[in-house]
Amino acid sequence: MPDQAGLEALAQELRAADPASVLGTTFDRGRAEIQIAPAGNVAVIERLRERGYSFLASLHGVDYYPHEPRLGVVYELLDMTEVDRVSVKARVSTEDPRIASVTGIWPGADFPERECYDMFGVIFDGHPDLRRILMPEDYEGFPQRRDFPVGGEPVLFTHNESDHYGKDR
Amino acid sequence: MSTASDYRKREESVTMSTESAGMGETHELLTLNIGPHHPATHGVLRLIATLEGEVVRDIKPIIGYVHTGIEKTAEQKAYWKAIPVVERMDYLSYYFNAMAYCGAVETLLGLEIPPRAQYLRVIHLELNRIMSHLVWLGTSALDLGAMSMFWYCFREREAILDLFEMSSGQRMHTRYFQIGGVIEDIPVGFAAKVQKFVDEMPTRADQYADLLEKNEIVLSRLRDTCTLDKETLLGLNVTGPLLRAAGVPWDLRKAKPYSSYEHFDFKIPVGSVGDNYDRFRVRHAELYESTRIIDQALNGLPDGPHIADDRKVVLPPRHELATSMEALIHHFKLVTEGFRVPEGECYYPIESPRGELGCFVRADGSAKPARVHMRDPSFVNLQATAPMVKDSYIADLIATLAMVDPVLGGVDR
Repeated sequence: MPDQAGLEALAQELRAADPASVLGTTFDRGRAEIQIAPAGNVAVIERLRERGYSFLASLHGVDYYPHEPRLGVVYELLDMTEVDRVSVKARVSTEDPRIASVTGIWPGADFPERECYDMFGVIFDGHPDLRRILMPEDYEGFPQRRDFPVGGEPVLFTHNESDHYGKDR
Repeated sequence: MSTASDYRKREESVTMSTESAGMGETHELLTLNIGPHHPATHGVLRLIATLEGEVVRDIKPIIGYVHTGIEKTAEQKAYWKAIPVVERMDYLSYYFNAMAYCGAVETLLGLEIPPRAQYLRVIHLELNRIMSHLVWLGTSALDLGAMSMFWYCFREREAILDLFEMSSGQRMHTRYFQIGGVIEDIPVGFAAKVQKFVDEMPTRADQYADLLEKNEIVLSRLRDTCTLDKETLLGLNVTGPLLRAAGVPWDLRKAKPYSSYEHFDFKIPVGSVGDNYDRFRVRHAELYESTRIIDQALNGLPDGPHIADDRKVVLPPRHELATSMEALIHHFKLVTEGFRVPEGECYYPIESPRGELGCFVRADGSAKPARVHMRDPSFVNLQATAPMVKDSYIADLIATLAMVDPVLGGVDR
């Protein structure tokens, strides 16, 4: 991890290129995080990639319900030479959950972005094949959102099978 | 339109690139469905393969058949009650799942793990790595037509499961790792049994090599098949033995040691070209290295407690409950509500048998995690299958899938 000063220097570098791109930084219990504006995510990540953070270790969604903007897309970047990690987070609202895809930089972001779309409903613009990946294709709702109920699936028995999904099979 | 036929309609979006093959009227592309129930897919994986004769032009993996919403379930549990849930993700490396999750929560709590607990964790992690590799080796050999390897590998795997049963009472999904350390110290006689296993394992691994590496069929099925260079692999975010087989010596146990891995002397096996043979050799060589780590950890096992002494997080010892009011209160609070974790986020990566297993935990200050996400290496590595098998024979697709070693429990979670 870069330390507090290193993280701030990194953020300054990003701000120098585009002042509106970086919203803030957090250094907490060994985790260095840069909060960015969702609009310029690809440019910022590309800059960090050139800076050495060239490996996308993980991409996942978070729901910050009830805080707004609710959804977070977290990129865990890794510098394999310096063995250094930095997290980049972009927050989007549930009304307009759009962010640009990073599959152009890393083709391997394909599955994680699809998972994030599947679970949180974040739409990745520019993704070549944005479909549900883990849930069935005709599933409605985004199950990992915090306001999605647990146990909301109807259990089919003989007495209610005609009321629900699959009744015409 | 009815629901079921609507589903069929939407499923049509699963299309293959059907550019004209330009082969005249006598040739055409064949779309073949493999799985989800097929022994060679190592689980419930479905592949839609486009074939030109016997040559694979493209495959599309379709996953989600064993998605059980474990990440969602973990959000409904107190921190320490989520351990058995996350353990069930990648069902061949349960100690690793528990380690990644516990590590993340411990980082958020700022909890110091006693050295003995760290060493006990290393012993079990490496036993688990050998166990996982043995399942991989046995089933992969089965895919290549070598039936007997399966029985030999599962013989040694049974020995490891017996060890797990001895230390924790369970053969699989042991819940041995706790937040703060391990649940119990190892029982009397465990060390001797592990030592016996460690002494035997290199000979066994030699025997596997004798069976497979001089086998003409195995060699011609693996050598120079489905090669993928390291740049492509890095772009696909592939980690673990697949990346090491292409010559990148990246192993988190060396790069960023956790749980005292820096105390042990071991090597990172790497391949040269990144074909199926290298993938096979790297994992096979890891059997020896893991054995060496267990040997060192066992013989250097420090004295001391097996779990941290923070009563706000760790259950008090059983015998104190009868005599100490305070212990009883702590026990009651922990078992009912659980402990609270200060607000924050953590991403804790470890080296699982398949690559970087990272657990992301977001704490909102309550007694339940607000988000648990596993970056499972099987899920990410599976994407590399399509570029690997492109323009190779369909028989090599089966061999490659075996060498990628995806565990579908981890892919779907």
